[in-house]
Amino acid sequence: MDDPYTTLGVSREATQDQIKSAYRKLARKFHPDLNPGNKQAEEKFKKISAAYDLLSDAAQRARFDAGEIDAAGAERQRRAWRTHAEGPDGARYSGGFRFGDDADDILSELLRRRTQGRQAWGFGFGGFGGSGEESGMRGQDAQYVLSISLPEAALGATKRIALPNGRSLDVKVPAGTTEGTVLRLKGQGGAGAGGGASGDALIEVKIEPHPVFSRDGDNITMTLPVTLAEAVLGAKVTVTTLDGKVALSVPPGSNSGTVLRLKGKGVRARGGHGDLLVTLSVVLPERPDPELEAFLRKWAAAHPYDVRGKLEQAS
Amino acid sequence: MTLEEIARRYAIAGDDLLAWVGQDWLRPARGGAEPEFDECDVARVELICELRRDLAVDDAAVPVVLSLLDQLYATRRLLRGVGAALSDIPEPARGEVLRRLEAMLERY
Repeated sequence: MDDPYTTLGVSREATQDQIKSAYRKLARKFHPDLNPGNKQAEEKFKKISAAYDLLSDAAQRARFDAGEIDAAGAERQRRAWRTHAEGPDGARYSGGFRFGDDADDILSELLRRRTQGRQAWGFGFGGFGGSGEESGMRGQDAQYVLSISLPEAALGATKRIALPNGRSLDVKVPAGTTEGTVLRLKGQGGAGAGGGASGDALIEVKIEPHPVFSRDGDNITMTLPVTLAEAVLGAKVTVTTLDGKVALSVPPGSNSGTVLRLKGKGVRARGGHGDLLVTLSVVLPERPDPELEAFLRKWAAAHPYDVRGKLEQAS
Repeated sequence: MTLEEIARRYAIAGDDLLAWVGQDWLRPARGGAEPEFDECDVARVELICELRRDLAVDDAAVPVVLSLLDQLYATRRLLRGVGAALSDIPEPARGEVLRRLEAMLERY
């Protein structure tokens, strides 16, 4: 066996504390459970721990220094954690592992199947360890449909759904949720069998059409009726947005179809809020007005303008 | 082994052992009233002892180390399973997968 002082990299005059600290430094690096599959680390750790076992005991160390015993001390008997960790009985410590949410990932698929307790992949004993038998059958996933309003989808909301068994479930709908999104509530599905985990509740989100607002990505669109006077002369009008009323300036000379943008009043998206796009629609008085007619007759004669020229050209 | 036996053998306070179980560092079987530690649990007790005593990992860091180790071993187990499954795949599919793996490893 090598000289224990050399193995630990300390001088023969090193204090017990120095020996301890040298050992810790090396053990952190070469501990075999921290280096699974690394034979060199394992051999190195054996030497380090044997050297430390000898030198950490002041009486033994004195006898070694005096030449009464040699370095060939008994090797420490270890129950290596790693042999269990990779064996079938270690599976209970391996917990959930994640390969990201990439649905195309073959490994994720593989794991999903495994955690569902199916044995479709048939890994042998000692390969995968925890099999369906050991972990029990996972409960069924329960499917629900949750209808929410467009403002709830855009801004986020907490909704309660009633379950068939009489319980209810609070579902947090994140802001910016889109039609058809499936929310997964872990462990809220059917109970597992034989100690297996409960299934998940899968909640498909449906968004009800809104009488005023429509959605275009992260933007919300709406049509805002304005009077002739507001369109021609400009005005400040009050607009009800998803989250409250705001004052909107309609510039003078606005037309039907003019789009005004209210920044940040759209969907609360993760990367920043979308906008509210307001399309103006000029609305004439409900009943014909003799005064307006008389004025326009006079005005139109003096100010003719062509609005259909482009249509003619195009057709 | 029972909790008392382990506490005696490794010179750990029984309360500490219970706390380790409570913090999910250890997951002994709970058949009867007393937790029952099998070989695997005992090896894990040794690991925790070594982390704390030999490696001077403090109690706040132990769960971090254990969690990373558990993930490491889970991944190794998975890779072994993948390897086992791969060896069952007939040629030429197997050769193709191996070629791609080698190509991937070369990039790192």
